Amino acid sequence: MSTTIRFKIDGKEIIAEKGQTIVEAAKANGVYIPTLCNFEGLPPKGCCRMCTVKLNKRYMTACTTPAADGMEVESDTPEINDFRKGIIELLFVSGNHFCPACEKSGNCELQALAYRFKMMVPRFPFLFPQKGLDASSPKLIKEQNRCIMCKRCIKAIKDDEGRSYFAYQYRGNKLEVILDKKLGKEISDALARKAMDTCPVGSIIYKELGYYQPIGKRKYDKEPIGSDIEVQQ
Amino acid sequence: MEKKIIATTSLAGCFGCHMSFLDIDERILDLIELVEFNKSPIDDIKNFTKQVDIGLIEGGCCNSENIELLKLFRENCNILVSFGECAIMGGLPALRNGIPIEECLQEAYIDGPTVGENKQKILPNNEELPMLLDKVYPCHEIVKIDYFLPGCPPRAELIWNALVALVTGKEMELPYEVVKFD
Amino acid sequence: MKDKIIKITSRYQNDRHRLMDILIDIHDLQGYVSDTDIEVLAQQLGMSEVEINETVTFYHFFSKKPRGKYNIFLNNSITAFMRGREKVKKTLEEECGTKIGSVSPDGLFGLYSTSCMGMNDQGPSAIINDKVFTNLTPYRVRKLIADLKSGKTLDEAIYESTGDGNNSDPDVRSMVFNNIRKRMILLERNYKKFEVIRNLLIKHSPDEIVGIVEESNLRGRGGAGFPTGLKWRFGRRVEADHRVIICNADEGEPGTFKDRVLLTEFPDLVFEGMVIAAYATSADIGLVYLRYEYRYLYKYLNRILDEMRKQNLLGENIAGVKHFNFDIRIQLGAGAYVCGEESALIESLEGKRGEPRDKPPFPVQNGYLGYPTIVNNVETLAAAVRIVKNGADWFKGFGTTDSLGTKLLSVSGDCKFPGIYEVEWGTSIREVMEMSGADDVQAIQVGGPSGVMISVKDIDSLGTTDLMKWYKPSGMMVAQKTFDRRLSYSDLPTGGSIMIFNSQRDLLNEVVMNFMDFFIEESCGSCSTCRNLPFLMKKKLEKIVSGHGVRKDIDDLLNWGRIIKVSRCGLGQTAANPVVSSILNFRYLYEQHVKAMADFDNVFDMEKSVEAANNFVGRKTILHHV
Ligand SMILES: Cc1cc2nc3c(=O)[nH]c(=O)nc-3n(C[C@H](O)[C@H](O)[C@H](O)COP(=O)(O)O)c2cc1C
Ligand code: SF4
Ligand code: SF4
Ligand code: FES
Ligand code: FES
Repeated sequence: MSTTIRFKIDGKEIIAEKGQTIVEAAKANGVYIPTLCNFEGLPPKGCCRMCTVKLNKRYMTACTTPAADGMEVESDTPEINDFRKGIIELLFVSGNHFCPACEKSGNCELQALAYRFKMMVPRFPFLFPQKGLDASSPKLIKEQNRCIMCKRCIKAIKDDEGRSYFAYQYRGNKLEVILDKKLGKEISDALARKAMDTCPVGSIIYKELGYYQPIGKRKYDKEPIGSDIEVQQ
Repeated sequence: MEKKIIATTSLAGCFGCHMSFLDIDERILDLIELVEFNKSPIDDIKNFTKQVDIGLIEGGCCNSENIELLKLFRENCNILVSFGECAIMGGLPALRNGIPIEECLQEAYIDGPTVGENKQKILPNNEELPMLLDKVYPCHEIVKIDYFLPGCPPRAELIWNALVALVTGKEMELPYEVVKFD
Repeated sequence: MKDKIIKITSRYQNDRHRLMDILIDIHDLQGYVSDTDIEVLAQQLGMSEVEINETVTFYHFFSKKPRGKYNIFLNNSITAFMRGREKVKKTLEEECGTKIGSVSPDGLFGLYSTSCMGMNDQGPSAIINDKVFTNLTPYRVRKLIADLKSGKTLDEAIYESTGDGNNSDPDVRSMVFNNIRKRMILLERNYKKFEVIRNLLIKHSPDEIVGIVEESNLRGRGGAGFPTGLKWRFGRRVEADHRVIICNADEGEPGTFKDRVLLTEFPDLVFEGMVIAAYATSADIGLVYLRYEYRYLYKYLNRILDEMRKQNLLGENIAGVKHFNFDIRIQLGAGAYVCGEESALIESLEGKRGEPRDKPPFPVQNGYLGYPTIVNNVETLAAAVRIVKNGADWFKGFGTTDSLGTKLLSVSGDCKFPGIYEVEWGTSIREVMEMSGADDVQAIQVGGPSGVMISVKDIDSLGTTDLMKWYKPSGMMVAQKTFDRRLSYSDLPTGGSIMIFNSQRDLLNEVVMNFMDFFIEESCGSCSTCRNLPFLMKKKLEKIVSGHGVRKDIDDLLNWGRIIKVSRCGLGQTAANPVVSSILNFRYLYEQHVKAMADFDNVFDMEKSVEAANNFVGRKTILHHV
């Protein structure tokens, strides 16, 4: 039985393996679908809605939807791109993102997406929510002002028994992601670094490490996010 | 072609954006061919002497004087541009936005480790001083702003491209490297 | 406390999937769960503390701070406000000596707000230590609080009289009323308990039962309208060791209360429906997800289940059908509207925060503990019994071609006779207005805040109803239609909530604002869109209502309302509906508020914004105007 499937994204023929999500299949075919909460190797959980595409007149998240034969996916359209830009703007106004003073600036995926979508100013008013910072772990700082609740750290950072170091707290617009006080005290060096690298923004900071790359040499200084996927073709 | 008239000001900013403006280097000579400066720290004209085409605003609004100046600019400029993160979203001054103003004042003038001598616990309250706002406001939350140039500071290239576009009426060039938030 | 917690967790075999029950038990014991309790729980269940905390902080009825001896949750649905909630709240605050959201200094009373609790026809109502108090007035509140202060128990304090029907059952004893106003095939009194299980299952193969339900075209009554037979067939088809039937009794959509009435008057019918569904799909696990607000029915419902077990209507080889083993457990929720969404409900059943899952996979493929799971609404299951009993053809005699049978409507708001109406599909909105005695109607909300808002403009002189469907979660917008829209899946689908607003109501300030508060409160928060947009939209609406709006603000609201449709579940997808649909149907209300000539206003008020700093430094505010 053939495991190859064919479908289309914005009219472009995509050849994929059965079981791949739309995002994975797109990537393998040199098509970039913007993602934010998705992280290779972790089970997807459609939190950010950045990868929204249109499928049979319905909005679906491409990071969670398996590719299927004959699909006609709309992705790079004015409508969808306006939603995506809107989502980026939402994440900016609902947190406190002072890029000029952020350790992650230049390597931040949220910022990079804002560049790619040419966000000059959010369409929403800035909310300046009151948020704190937890520096009780000897290795990590959890900077709540920057967290976008993408859930990556929750899924990625676990101990040997599968217990999460991070978890959600509360719900709705009070939602936050917190670090377990006990586990955070004993977190290993490697896991702490992994936590920082998993976070798309500057919400998990490895202590005493910051601004270590000069401006111009950072990940998104020169090339837009996603351009590595697009050049592959 | 008649020269466009430009005005600039710095509200709650650090003048970094103005410095970056000057970073257009020798192109400032080209600019002088195209525009005339009115109220601006660049030529030190203190008051508007005529209606201006383009106003550039650096910095957000942290006190009553900022608000008054911004409104003055809105009245006197046909096009108003927020340039720099501070004008667009408050920038570093807005780091205080999560903290009650009373606490900020207490820390800045009484309790802070850098206060030095303030035995009488004097808080600045002279009528001459601008009044502090409860938070730092992005300019477009006070008056209508027509264009936004992000960056801290905005790259000189971005400022140059924007001015050329505004002066010539042509589409603005936006290469990837020029739009940055830091 | 530690020992007590260990005792509780071992009652549930230290199974983390039973965390909801464990937390409810702890609350029963001491009213809240502390950080040290969480520490013990984490050890017992092999989880990290933040994971436990995640569940605790998600649900409205759980608390990490001590609460009062009596905890009063005052309902804040829109119809409660229309029936004097503000006065009731004020009296409560005065009598208890504390504000909503806090505990009185003597520790006697905790006061809280809570979303619609399924009592819209008898509000304002409140839950006090799991008991329901309806039709509250300042007088009744004063008396009640005085009684409690004088040391009377809740039972002594309330029951001036108990409600009608089984509300007076010794295991219920609540003051709730059923208010059944119209009965048809579902609510008719001739129900002979468990006839189908006893006599018919043995005569039909599971496939035949699915066939009958398919043939009847029964569609889900929980709101989404998925064909029930098809859902059962799907569930049947998936290979698995276990299959699960879930009865969705979360009934959280503001304005609905028909599941409450069904569970009060016809619990046997509902449970029989579950057994039939289990037989049809070869399921062995049965769960009822009962919203916490209906906990006063818990004991009574369990009694019925016990009776069924005794009669071999649950258990093994049910009613003599070999290898047909099935039992039902009732799981209590803990206050979260989103848990009515089937996949969130399953997460909650597994002891987690009620966060909807991404679909696909659907619950029928991968549901509770990974097993194929069929989630059906209370009313759907009840209807299935009638159908299997009387046949698909009989059922097809009711309703319209695309919507067969009847629908229970929960009618509330500005009408003389709020309550439950069983009507045939195809009944028009005008008929519902007439039945319920609603003469003065400005607008009708069909299907709760996430449903459809209908405007009735000057109904007498125009003779037409100006109806428009809110756009559906799929993003489809249906053009305006006129006069007498009918309740049906193709025209006006509904889960049955009908709220009526008379011409005196301020639709924007009261109604739409209340609905937005509901979505802000109830979002699970996982989607960037649903977490943030309702709040931003409400702020924008406040700006407009306060007279600072400009035309662009209305356009912004429509644009933002489109963005939120990319949210994961129906809650987010419909959360902008109150705003969007009121703009579409009542645009003139917005136009009245916005400034016609201005193109900019951002509400900035210099005087207000310098006040705090000036007060602190001790100077007068002198404004220079430029
Ligand atoms: C936010 C949200 C809340 C819901 N609440 C309920 C509910 O309280 N009761 C219910 O039966 N269905 C509710 N549903 C619909 C369920 O997801 C599901 O479709 C339904 O239980 C299926 O049963 P049915 O096919 O018998 O209608 C809700 C859906 C959403 C999106
Ligand atoms: S801390 Fe970082 S990785 Fe974790 S949820 Fe927040 S933004 Fe995502
Ligand atoms: S739409 Fe809202 S309630 Fe539904 S999953 Fe997303 S955040 Fe949660
Ligand atoms: S990347 Fe798909 S929802 Fe976030
Ligand atoms: S002053 Fe230019 S960005 Fe702050």
